[in-house]
Amino acid sequence: MRMPARTGLTLACCAALAIAALSLVHQLTRERLEAARQQWLLQGLSAVLPDGPYDEDPLSTRQLIVAPELGSEQPVPLYTVYREQAPLAAVLSVVAPDGYNGDIRLLLGLHPDGRIIGARVTEHRETPGLGDDIDIARSDWITQFSDRSLTSEGDDAWAVEKFGGRYDALTGATITPQAIITAIHRALQWYQQHRDEVFPS
Amino acid sequence: MLWREGLWSGNPALVKLLGLCPLLAVSNNVVNGFGLGLATLLTLLIANTTVSLMRPVVLPAIRIPIYVLIIASTVTIIELLMQAWLPALHASLGIFLPLIVTNCLIIGRSEAFASRHDLRSSLHDALSMGTGFLWVLVLLGGLRELLGQGTLFSQAHLLFGDGARQLALQLFSADNGLLIALLPPGAFFALGLLLAGKNLIDARSRRRQHADERSVTTDVEAATPLRS
Repeated sequence: MRMPARTGLTLACCAALAIAALSLVHQLTRERLEAARQQWLLQGLSAVLPDGPYDEDPLSTRQLIVAPELGSEQPVPLYTVYREQAPLAAVLSVVAPDGYNGDIRLLLGLHPDGRIIGARVTEHRETPGLGDDIDIARSDWITQFSDRSLTSEGDDAWAVEKFGGRYDALTGATITPQAIITAIHRALQWYQQHRDEVFPS
Repeated sequence: MLWREGLWSGNPALVKLLGLCPLLAVSNNVVNGFGLGLATLLTLLIANTTVSLMRPVVLPAIRIPIYVLIIASTVTIIELLMQAWLPALHASLGIFLPLIVTNCLIIGRSEAFASRHDLRSSLHDALSMGTGFLWVLVLLGGLRELLGQGTLFSQAHLLFGDGARQLALQLFSADNGLLIALLPPGAFFALGLLLAGKNLIDARSRRRQHADERSVTTDVEAATPLRS
């Protein structure tokens, strides 16, 4: 065979083999991957939901909404959980775009009346040792939001104490907590205006 | 010989200084270091095996694209497997797992060793080089974790399941930690310390060797008159 032809053929064969191996592994892991991803999500969700039972698996209530007030121009998931046909909780995906180092993503669980059930940071790149105390694995800072609502706090209260608000900052980090507080505040305002769309009666 | 080269005298991280990007970026604790080191070792094993086996087929002109193809597929497979079975560790290693593809250590071993040796020696080489990279990553991770947050083996459950949670050691309070050890500059400092340590040990053993040689020669000189 001529040299260029052999070269091309060898390359093509190798590429075909690689594709075959990759798709085989992809087939083998697809179910597990999906399950692991769901498990990961469910763990995050159940931290910001009241205990069950629920009418449906909370994950299956996922719908995509576009709400720039929640911090992202992209569609974000919204979960609405019912118990015995009555609204039980809504989980919003909130993005705090003004963290110290990129976007901070949160899950925010709300009672139908707009009180916070809980909030959890799901994704962040804040400074290790300072800003990353927003992660529940490192400190319980994020739990202070539980039971707060727009009616329990005035608009001025949604800031760290240093800026005249009602929330603790983290030692050595002000920007990170402030970004989260602002994002949650915005999300609560959004929910107040759109409650009827989240839970249509 | 190969073992000594991979683990010490030609260590990819301490002597060749290859693959520094992942080395420095994820070595902020023992578990991350171990996870990435293990993934690199596995990639190296598979890549060296495949490259060595394909020696008769691969033409010199296209060897580099083929090595890249092999390495990229291997890393993707490892990433899929880790995502399926160790999702938390996968999340913690983040972008640095796919970046193993660009680790020059791997293509370097393919080109410099596996493409010229049989399967057995290539496997041997992959094991020794991979282990050499792994122990430095773990040591660096341990050093930074200890200085930075006063712990060792925190997050061990990401790798070994929930049972390993009690493996985590809190040696002193995180408030007294040296924050810089956890930040990227700390990685350079820590690696610098390790390099200095290695050079110190090497210099000392060289000096001892010299001293031994000298005492041997004097012995011989002293013995010569007797023999004659």
